[in-house]
Amino acid sequence: MSAERYGRVVRAGFVPLIDSSMLVVAHELGFATAEGLDLQLVREASWANIRDKIAVGHLDVAHMLAPLPIAVNLGLSPVRADLIAPMELGLGGNTVAISLELAKELAEDERIDPNNPAANANRLVRAVLARARAGRPRLVFAVVHPYSSHFYELAYWMSFAGIALYRDVDVVVLPPTLMADALAAGQVDGFCAGEPWGSLSVARGAGVIVTRKTKIWRSAPEKVLGVRRDWSDRHPDILAALMKALYRAALWCDSAQNRPQLVTMLAESAYLDLPKELLGLAFEGGEGTSLATGEGFAFSSGAATFPWVSHALWFYSQMVRWGQIPFSDATMETARRTYRPDLYRSALGQMGIAIPTANAKLEGSLLKETAVGSSNGRLLLGPDEFFDGRVFDPDHVAEYINGFSVHTQISISE
Amino acid sequence: MNTKRLRILVIDRNKVRASIIEEGLRQGGDFDVIVADDMTRLMRHVTDADPDVIIMDLASPDRDTLEHALQVTRAVRRPIAMFVDTTDAAATEAAIDAGVSAYVVDGLRKERVKPILDMAISRFNAVDRLKRELESAKGELAERKTIDRAKSILMKSKGLDEQQAYQLLRKTAMNQSRKIAQVAESLVLAYSMINDEDPK
Repeated sequence: MSAERYGRVVRAGFVPLIDSSMLVVAHELGFATAEGLDLQLVREASWANIRDKIAVGHLDVAHMLAPLPIAVNLGLSPVRADLIAPMELGLGGNTVAISLELAKELAEDERIDPNNPAANANRLVRAVLARARAGRPRLVFAVVHPYSSHFYELAYWMSFAGIALYRDVDVVVLPPTLMADALAAGQVDGFCAGEPWGSLSVARGAGVIVTRKTKIWRSAPEKVLGVRRDWSDRHPDILAALMKALYRAALWCDSAQNRPQLVTMLAESAYLDLPKELLGLAFEGGEGTSLATGEGFAFSSGAATFPWVSHALWFYSQMVRWGQIPFSDATMETARRTYRPDLYRSALGQMGIAIPTANAKLEGSLLKETAVGSSNGRLLLGPDEFFDGRVFDPDHVAEYINGFSVHTQISISE
Repeated sequence: MNTKRLRILVIDRNKVRASIIEEGLRQGGDFDVIVADDMTRLMRHVTDADPDVIIMDLASPDRDTLEHALQVTRAVRRPIAMFVDTTDAAATEAAIDAGVSAYVVDGLRKERVKPILDMAISRFNAVDRLKRELESAKGELAERKTIDRAKSILMKSKGLDEQQAYQLLRKTAMNQSRKIAQVAESLVLAYSMINDEDPK
């Protein structure tokens, strides 16, 4: 049994979440083997582990929070590494849930329409102010990581009503599996986490979904394939093969008829190790939280795996906005260079699939499904608007940041 | 400042391991060691303990929580805490292999941290070894039970005595280049299928 028999080894780290599906499916259903790879999946308990193990070379590639490789490259984490993101691992899936107690403060009858983030943010700020006036403790919201789409989405949503995380509301980081329990136990007043944890809180009668990722920013990035830059330079063919396998896995994951099998696979102890019913909640929503088309997870449709440079720069803009990194041309360039649409194109170009011809887009400008320029045939991109109607122009990052009235004080020098 | 006793916070849900590490650190040097196993109060532990070094299990899902807590408290009063010396690749690897993550207050000299980390690594490895030994002992016990069950099946169905039953198992195992326990397991399973019994 030589290594050749199974193909070239790729050690891939993942955190047991729904959006690790593409890696799991590529391994389980032989998409990786078909590309001549021996894809070895390593389950990790934290993003810190993923980061450390890829930094020291115990992992070649990993499932990562979309902003994490940017944060690592910017030196925001305790370990140094040079990472790239040549592929996104799908869209969607986060919800913001709040406790019933807080829901009552937002609306007497607890009837909160998750499809109206603007109104709910305005109700939230009234609750924040009322608590402060009454001398009650500040609200505590949990996110999964400070460099996560969850953090920036939550911050973006609240800031609409003038609320700044840390300044007006306390922030804690919790593993997503503990979120629903923490909400039920009153340790936090709300959280932003991937599904099924928001729907689980609703199903348990402990929480209410107040908004979701797809309502804050449609077709927004969530996780990426993170790769060490030197590994990618040494093994461009292995990386390309892996990306093809992952793309085929993404197509498989998006097919409705495969959903039951996907749920069964993810439920296994080696992967998410959760009851199938709970995972069903993640894909379909539950009582009162059912999902409309385009609100759930998307793995391949609408270029869901394409690493838009405008996604990287949007995360960068929020890192600056919330005081995580000072603005400079050098740091912006680091963020830009982290996402690699060029590698995506060269790896998947031969597959005959539709790939965007642009590396970046005006985020927030597509109000409906739109056909865009692509290498092969017609490519439909989903709507990508922000709930507040803003548009992010990746060529004018500083102006975009300055356009927000709520941010931590920074001086922008250009 | 440099000569003050170092304060070490050990965060571990596994109380047994936490106390083994604590004991090792106390024996190994003149340290203040604080142990925390209650994750819901992680932030409070960090603020109260005001540690110079934090040792945590790499397999803990709470590392992201801890790192964020360190970031936030830093804003209040402490200098940044770093993952142990990333310039020393060998030490970092040894720590990761042993399942140790360590955070060190910025500016602490390497030679003061090294013995703490070495101790944590050796204690983590020792706990791991103990766990493996325990597992293999458990496995051995289970094997022995299966062999006993197989012997009694052979005694009952072929009218052998215990010694003969064991020898038959051993001979079959040798002929097939398998372990006696494997042959016994196959026999127990086959027997239970034929007789509609639960093999346990």
